[in-house]
Amino acid sequence: MSPVIPLRAEAAACQDMPVLRERGQREVFCGLTGIIWLHRKIQDAFFLVVGSRTCAHLLQSAAGVMIFAEPRFATAIIDERDLAGLADANEELDKVVQRLLSRRPEIKLLFLVGSCPSEVIKLDLSRAATRLSAQFSPQVRVLNYSGSGIETTFTQGEDACLAALVPELPRVPQAAAEQPELLVVGTLADVVEDQFQRLFNELGVQVRFFPPRRAGDMPAIGPQTRYLLAQPFLADTARALEARGAQRLAAPFPLGEEGTTAWLKAGASAFGISDQRFEQVTAGPRERARSALARQRALLSSKSIFFFPDSQLEIPLARFVSRELGMRLTEVGTPYLHRQHLSEELALLPAGVQLSEGQHVEQQIDRCRSSRPDIVVCGLGLANPLEAEGLTTKWAIELVFTPIQGYEQAADLAELFSRPLNRRLRLAA
Amino acid sequence: MQLTLWTYEGPPHVGAMRVATALTDVHYVLHAPQGDTYADLLFTMIERLPRRPPVTYTTFQARDLGGDTAELFKTAAREAFERFAPKAMMVGASCTAELIQDDPGGLAKALDLPVPVVALELPSYQRKENWGAAETFYQMVRHLSAAPARAQRQPLASDRRPSCNILGPTALGFRHRDDVHEIRNLLDELGIDVRVVAPLGASAADLARLHEADFNVVLYPETGMSAALWLQRQYQQPFTRVVPIGVNATQDFVKEVAELAGMEQVPDLRQNSRAGWYSRSVDSTYLTGKRVFIFGDASHVVAAARVAAQEMGFTVVGLGTYSREFAREVRDAAKRYGCEALITDDYLEVEERIAELQPELVLGTQMERHISKRLGLPCTVISAPIHVQDFPARYSPQMGFEGANVLFDTWVHPLMMGLEEHLIGMFRGDTEFHEDAAPSHLGRAGMPAAARSPAQPQTEPAQLFQVSPEPTLSPTLPPTVSPTLSPTLSPTLSPTVSPTVSPTVSPTSVAPAAVAEGAVVTTWGVDAEKELKKIPFFVRGKAKRNTELYARERGVPVITVDTLYDAKAHFSR
Repeated sequence: MSPVIPLRAEAAACQDMPVLRERGQREVFCGLTGIIWLHRKIQDAFFLVVGSRTCAHLLQSAAGVMIFAEPRFATAIIDERDLAGLADANEELDKVVQRLLSRRPEIKLLFLVGSCPSEVIKLDLSRAATRLSAQFSPQVRVLNYSGSGIETTFTQGEDACLAALVPELPRVPQAAAEQPELLVVGTLADVVEDQFQRLFNELGVQVRFFPPRRAGDMPAIGPQTRYLLAQPFLADTARALEARGAQRLAAPFPLGEEGTTAWLKAGASAFGISDQRFEQVTAGPRERARSALARQRALLSSKSIFFFPDSQLEIPLARFVSRELGMRLTEVGTPYLHRQHLSEELALLPAGVQLSEGQHVEQQIDRCRSSRPDIVVCGLGLANPLEAEGLTTKWAIELVFTPIQGYEQAADLAELFSRPLNRRLRLAA
Repeated sequence: MQLTLWTYEGPPHVGAMRVATALTDVHYVLHAPQGDTYADLLFTMIERLPRRPPVTYTTFQARDLGGDTAELFKTAAREAFERFAPKAMMVGASCTAELIQDDPGGLAKALDLPVPVVALELPSYQRKENWGAAETFYQMVRHLSAAPARAQRQPLASDRRPSCNILGPTALGFRHRDDVHEIRNLLDELGIDVRVVAPLGASAADLARLHEADFNVVLYPETGMSAALWLQRQYQQPFTRVVPIGVNATQDFVKEVAELAGMEQVPDLRQNSRAGWYSRSVDSTYLTGKRVFIFGDASHVVAAARVAAQEMGFTVVGLGTYSREFAREVRDAAKRYGCEALITDDYLEVEERIAELQPELVLGTQMERHISKRLGLPCTVISAPIHVQDFPARYSPQMGFEGANVLFDTWVHPLMMGLEEHLIGMFRGDTEFHEDAAPSHLGRAGMPAAARSPAQPQTEPAQLFQVSPEPTLSPTLPPTVSPTLSPTLSPTLSPTVSPTVSPTVSPTSVAPAAVAEGAVVTTWGVDAEKELKKIPFFVRGKAKRNTELYARERGVPVITVDTLYDAKAHFSR
């Protein structure tokens, strides 16, 4: 048993805790939304959605302010003529890609992103990607994945994108194959990535990050690769990595002081780093995080919180707010519960917590209203209406767009919850 | 297939949502996959509505496609009816559901609900948001009107006040909330009753009694015209054609409604607006002939062009619209101002046209505001698509006499900001205004510590002027904050400085200005470049381009101060 994760006696019971599974209207984004952060992470990649005006409108509404840049994403809007004949649709797609690449010669990696309409009309984007790759190689690699709402929920778009990239990763050369390497998987803000890079360097662990910041900088993988998931929504990516021989290091996710420590520890242990060295490297930042969190804990302790499903970050967040901030969990909703990747997290949840998977938004709102939580974490479609009813809310999407992982961000993450409460107090005074 | 970076309009079902959300007791059941619920945030975040739009989404998934998506629809419709108890329902499909052809109308009929159910056919792969709103409103009016058709216009009663309906305002409309308030007051002042405003704030029962009014006021042809035409055919109800934006158009509107209401005299109400006097006051002389480019939906563009030309004394150098349905009206307007209309929904084309025309003011949508920001041009938003700042807390109509005042303020303000910016730059070297100087009205207290004790060496110069980094931004528009995006994601992507207004000046060398194929290479001399910098930044781009064009045409290899002024004289005509 790891000394940094004080497992509790009822942990086993927690993992078996019943989950309310619901079917109905889901108030969540589709996987296309991941493009908003992915296109900024991989700076020379372009995301071309093959879809409808609705897809273009979604991206624009979700991206909001970035409008005055010529963005590195676009939509090839399917029209009536494309629906009439698929052969023509392929030809049309080729033309659109041609135009795009001549406008934007700096693009090195192009993703054709499938949408609900392209899936329903069975437009084969993987064949299109192969065809276009052959045509534009070696200047541009063309890959495809689906961000459609009929297959992916919000952050699953990143999972699909990364899973499509895994087969493209170079193999570790034979000579270097003896040396194990750590791979951190999942998009993190650059500032967080740099912090983790420094910590692993100090620990003496060779680390690479995936996705990389540039398309030409893909990490090599092989059977000696050990990987840590930085995000809880990467089921397909993990499967693809394992198919290439990489092995996952089980750990909670790096949210809060406790989660970050356990996550780093899992990496360090796999590379034989001594406990003493680990203490030496992490003691400073841990102490900083703890003292910053203490102030937030004073504001949040014993407050109740309700999570609507959004990004699959809900379980790790619930673990953080309950264990490090002393908040009470009323319901923790998640769009999809990956029991294996989350087993370390589930073990840390308090006994008797209500988990729910999927969504029937009307019934969930009923439950939320009757439990009157102090704060509700929900999507943008629900936040103002719930505020108008007198509930205090936190936009779930900010938890995805803000750097929240690691020691230095632990208190920032807590503040995302305390600020709405603080605001309500001030306005009531 | 059309390559689209940004779109002026959403899909037609979003137009239907704008109508459903505007109505008070109608529920819309939309056959749609997971993710289409994003449209809710347009209403809850951009418009800040304190309630959810009355829309239920069926949320079908890939695994349902082989099974029974029709059953899913029926369950969702039944549950929505039971939960929300609407007085009427709308049913339809979003783009994806349109492809699986489940026939929501037929399925809803099979449920045999005890309220009217209107099936909407909105072809997502052909049509767009405004058309969707107009079609939805028309279908709702048609299906809910119970009265039999009339062969003749209802005679105006002499014993009661004449009455009208106001048609067209929707949820998520550009200033619809305030326009309705303003026009309602105006009509009341004229002694005309407003029976129903629809769809904004109307109930299903209200839609059934539209025929009772003497005539209709169509404030927004994009969304209200289809219904007005049908009401005219069915009940011989005439409707207004003038969109009351600007002092003159509002007076024309007064005349039009006075005639429709059978009033004997048309009052001249133009004095109700300050805008006319403000525009005539000497302070406004500098507005004369300002070159303006206008883009937006058809009605707002046509109206804005008239105000710009007749009431502000601007020169309309270009106009256009994304509303193809109303392209003819915009082309006619363009002819009146001697320019060519740009009919497109490709914002890159609009950007190209603006860059080419180098106007001194852009009146447009949020898209043009961003384009203008990149090009360093002043801009005011006059039309949808809109953002959160276009729903101000204060009363701010575009229509009627108060609306004309708002137009004056919001159009002139960005020009003044540009001027202010120039003055700050011009005086920067003066003893009173240099970077380390405190604002004179604050005395010594306003100075930084270092400046108060002159014996100490000066440290880093303090930023004393509150120079807005975005001079083109109208102060009515707070810095764009997307409600959907954390600030950590946004700032790096905004190249706000156009290359045309920030020439790279290197005092020791001359910069190549333009390279025409095989022609003379024209460069800027050091003195000319310094002189160029004295020109206000908001016209500097134009001056630079004109000078380079002049030099190129004449084969002048190095631009001197003389070339600059020769070109100025040449182009000022």
